[in-house]
Amino acid sequence: MTTAKKRDYSLVGESTRLAIETGLASAEWYHTDVPRKTMKELMQRSDGPAIRDTIIWIVAILGSAAGIVWFWGTWWIVPFLFVYGVLYGSSSDSRWHECGHGTAFRTRWMNDVVYHIASFMLMRNPVQWRWSHARHHTDTIIVGRDAEIAVMRPPDLIKAALAFTGILDFRYSLPTLVRQAFGTLSDDEKSYIPEMEQHKAVIAARWHMVVYAATIAVAIALRSWIPLVLIGLPRLYGTWHMVLTGLLQHIGLADNVTDHRLNTRTVYMNPVSRFIYWNMNYHVEHHMFPMVPYHALPKLHELIKHDLPEPNPSMWHAYREVWPVLLRQLKYEDYYLKRELPPTAKPYRGEFHDLDITAAAAE
Amino acid sequence: MAEWVEACAVDDVDEEDVIRFDHGGRTFAIYRSPEDAFFATDGFCTHEKAHLADGLVMDDIIECPKHNGRFNYKTGQANGAPVCVNLKTYPVKVEAGKVMIDIG
Repeated sequence: MTTAKKRDYSLVGESTRLAIETGLASAEWYHTDVPRKTMKELMQRSDGPAIRDTIIWIVAILGSAAGIVWFWGTWWIVPFLFVYGVLYGSSSDSRWHECGHGTAFRTRWMNDVVYHIASFMLMRNPVQWRWSHARHHTDTIIVGRDAEIAVMRPPDLIKAALAFTGILDFRYSLPTLVRQAFGTLSDDEKSYIPEMEQHKAVIAARWHMVVYAATIAVAIALRSWIPLVLIGLPRLYGTWHMVLTGLLQHIGLADNVTDHRLNTRTVYMNPVSRFIYWNMNYHVEHHMFPMVPYHALPKLHELIKHDLPEPNPSMWHAYREVWPVLLRQLKYEDYYLKRELPPTAKPYRGEFHDLDITAAAAE
Repeated sequence: MAEWVEACAVDDVDEEDVIRFDHGGRTFAIYRSPEDAFFATDGFCTHEKAHLADGLVMDDIIECPKHNGRFNYKTGQANGAPVCVNLKTYPVKVEAGKVMIDIG
């Protein structure tokens, strides 16, 4: 008889060993067939869309920041805090993401500049997170390998709810940067950052600390909270939209499968959220073809949707669908939301889908 | 010692594109630059095992389809994370409409 084992999400533990031994780590993943000529067109880079969006983004950030300063001490500040917070604490995530992939702009330095600014806004070490995201794409939701599994099993629903406030992320991100600035990387971090890059992570953390120290110094000198409300604290009060959209990427779906159609979710969203999120609601498409820039994802979606599960028609629908799954996972952590492939889709490779790593562990 | 092998016909590769060439259990990538010159490198990314022939050629850069790592395919130079190890390049010549690479 096989006893179900708890998942070990450490990146240097038992699940890691099993993932490597069973071939789940660095595996070959399913891709929908797209003719090379079409894919080449979809992959084409252009500076235009991202420059336009970045100008809108920066103008909106500066405008809402000016509103915060202007209306400081009055209730009129609230809408400006709302806008500034979301732009700083949420839309920076998609900018970090797309520029990290190098797909937002054609020109490399533009990707790098926005990447570093967005990393700072998110309190993310730009070196560490570049590598963790590479691992996320190699081993998406492979337990023991993926460094970016947002909701682990059994799900901690209180933690998930608190994520909307940014408190937990803030509590994790800031001490992590401080630790890294003092030259210490964790074993998990060392498992995915190559040795030759680790010193760069320390230097990046120190730069972030310098800016935060300067912000605190200015706040003290001015005897004002404004510098901190504009730099740092939006990570708390503006992070909710990032969590709202980001949680849906993989929550409640299968783990330890090598097909993004089964462990990743595409959700139709309103235009505002899509601007904030830079079209990452087409998340199956992004994972399957990370070379395709955000502005071409709707076109890619139209091209391959016959081979993908039906997208959720809204965020509300997606959360309503996954909620009972999460509740059930509290008792049975092996339970998950199975994505049904349409009749027009190629079937999932059964030899992977049937793989039971807990059984493998018991042997 | 030089070992020239025929990789493909000139017309098999579009301008500013790449194709895969397998020979003797090895995989290579054959590039045609925007200036209509041909180049060859190892076929797999040095970061993880991904076919560069599925990637995107932009000017003198090949971008890996898996993690968007970038190399200069003319020199093999890795252009930053997540690729840190240079790509091996091979001499190329064009003879009678055929692209030949020296895999020796």
